[in-house]
Amino acid sequence: METIKLTIDNKEVEVPNGTTIQKAAKKLGIDIPILCYMELKDMNIENKPGGCRICVVEVQKRRNLAPSCSTNCEEGMVVLTHTPRVLNARRTVMEFILSDHPKDCLVCAKSGNCELQSMAHRLGIRDIPGQEYAAMSTYRKDFSPSIIRDLDKCIMCRRCETMCNTVQTVGALSAVNRGFMAAVAPAFEQNLEFSTCTYCGQCVAVCPTGALTEVNHVPNVLRALADPTKTVIVQTAPAVRAALGEMFGMKPGTLVTGKMVTALRSLGFDYIFDTDFAADLTIMEEGTELLDRLNRHLKGDKTARMPILTSCCPGWVNFFEEYFPDLKEVPSTAKSPQQMFGAIAKTYFADKIKVDRKDLVVVSIMPCLAKKYECQREEFSTEGNRDVDFSISTRELGEFIKQANIDLNNLQEGEFDDPLGESTGAGVIFGTTGGVIEAAVRTAYELQTGKKLERLDFTELRGFEGVRSATIDFNGLPINIGIAHGLGNARKLLDDVRSGKSQFHAIEVMACPGGCIGGGGQPLHHGDSEIIKARAAAIYAEDKSKPIRKSHENPFIIKLYKEFLGKPNSEKAHHLLHTKYFDKKKKIIVKQ
Amino acid sequence: MSTIKIELRNEDVAKIKEICTSFKNDPQELINVLHSCQEHFGYLPAEVQEVVSGELGVPVAKVYGVVTFYSFFTMTPKGKHPISICLGTACYVRGAEKVLDEFKKELGLNVGQVTKDNKFSLSSLRCVGACGLAPVVLVGEKTYGRVAPDDVRNILKEYE
Repeated sequence: METIKLTIDNKEVEVPNGTTIQKAAKKLGIDIPILCYMELKDMNIENKPGGCRICVVEVQKRRNLAPSCSTNCEEGMVVLTHTPRVLNARRTVMEFILSDHPKDCLVCAKSGNCELQSMAHRLGIRDIPGQEYAAMSTYRKDFSPSIIRDLDKCIMCRRCETMCNTVQTVGALSAVNRGFMAAVAPAFEQNLEFSTCTYCGQCVAVCPTGALTEVNHVPNVLRALADPTKTVIVQTAPAVRAALGEMFGMKPGTLVTGKMVTALRSLGFDYIFDTDFAADLTIMEEGTELLDRLNRHLKGDKTARMPILTSCCPGWVNFFEEYFPDLKEVPSTAKSPQQMFGAIAKTYFADKIKVDRKDLVVVSIMPCLAKKYECQREEFSTEGNRDVDFSISTRELGEFIKQANIDLNNLQEGEFDDPLGESTGAGVIFGTTGGVIEAAVRTAYELQTGKKLERLDFTELRGFEGVRSATIDFNGLPINIGIAHGLGNARKLLDDVRSGKSQFHAIEVMACPGGCIGGGGQPLHHGDSEIIKARAAAIYAEDKSKPIRKSHENPFIIKLYKEFLGKPNSEKAHHLLHTKYFDKKKKIIVKQ
Repeated sequence: MSTIKIELRNEDVAKIKEICTSFKNDPQELINVLHSCQEHFGYLPAEVQEVVSGELGVPVAKVYGVVTFYSFFTMTPKGKHPISICLGTACYVRGAEKVLDEFKKELGLNVGQVTKDNKFSLSSLRCVGACGLAPVVLVGEKTYGRVAPDDVRNILKEYE
């Protein structure tokens, strides 16, 4: 590769052609501040509008300061990164950004985790000149079921736009208007609720300020816990245990399953259950449906559509309801684990403990913001009583634990309660891309072939490539499997399904890059994919450590079918554990 | 924010599709497509943007972003006689703002609005290149130079 030599702060460096000044400086250990710039290395995604101008440097023989994030190095270039001119410019830029930014840092949802706040601190800003007479932009707040937009706090870095358009291809957000009216907004500045938004929350995950945050349901949970007439139970999604520790200073990839259970018990939940249990249940239902469709398909039944698509991910469900409503019969009808848990909790479990469903409050801890919307869907409630009452994110749980004076680091390991807390390794790996389909394969193989699996680790299904495929040998029958994470990648597979080109028997889709471990409700990783990989490793480690690693061997699942549901895909199972999808594509009214 | 809800007729949709086809449905041609659509409809209501979005495969949020960024594009219909007051430097220092205020008062409109009978709409612009005639007012294709606030009533009378 062609390389070029340049000097930065009087140090010589050699870099490949096309390297930006910012990256070349990094090689020398010079950390030029960046604000709007974002890089997601494993996805090959860069957001570099060159808009904030925080990263400017002086380049000799150039009249103007250059934004180092988006200026490429040239042969013989002489760059200076901390001259008085640069430092003053940087300060001025920051003062301008702050002059049009609310000063409510003390009570902002992002306080302590805000990149703008950290930058102001780093640059030593102690005063914002002229703010008493400076104009401020004002924009109405937008509350959706999952996400709050407070555009007064937007600094137009446009990272959310990159996530929404380039990564997810959802196209809900775009920069609109100019000057003080400039904002990132849905079409016609409608509320998010009326846009194509899937609530995947990836915009929230990358927002450097408090402009995009999740709807906080901790107060609702607190109220329920304080109400003596309510029995409050909680379910925790697999990805939560692999990331919650980060909020308490632990290394990414630290598993805190037991400590999390203890923390939830101290918070006052009456029963601590596991969404992993419902994940095992999902495999029973979805796996049975897969085999039924597959076997009918192999017999030449034209009504058995292939491939079957997983349906655990609510962001993904929202996506195909908006963009692929013509394919709404293709995904599995199985509800997501969150909703399966809610349905079983408010029937089977409520009966068991003799509590009316109205007095049973089901809380879910999710790495996800779309789950907030999902549990509010009409079809998931009975006479106005939701199957899952409140869904809070990993971040919200972390804050809740801190508010309750609990230091996660110093807790003993606790155990989930029975009967909805027992799970297998297959349930755990639902939290990472490839995990749902691996869990399904472990069960489907044994049910289809009647043989015992010799190996349980299907490494060919694991990894971080956006679109992956593998063929699994079902005792002579080749089963083609596709995997996509990130909605943009899912779209590629869906386009093939629509055009009839797809050769897959089953496809797993997770809306967020990395799967749930990279979800919009997880502790912020600020674009560092190593953190997501560490979380995945933790999930697979927990799987390995489990004595039972196949969903159909979970004793409490077997008991649930025996006592209550009958068998997978029975009428009762269909009624409680399956759903249908809707055409939610926006329609243009045409007058005849 | 768009306040007008229109219903497109079939021939309107066909026209938009025809315009998009003439640019080979190329998303890169978005601005040119919008220009042609505005030429045809007089403005770019949300419904037109939605059809354009579908034809070019560009998210409707992006289309709206472009429409709101460029001041030439408008989402409000123009009146039969669109009135534009130049607020460029030369016109401004010679009292264009007072002229604009007089139009606002006479028509009961703000900039960007249209009268109830769709007769007049009011907009401002920056420099029409006739600074020698400052302050300049355009009504449709006709130019008025050295306009004083007192002239406003007479100008409007011409279109009664």
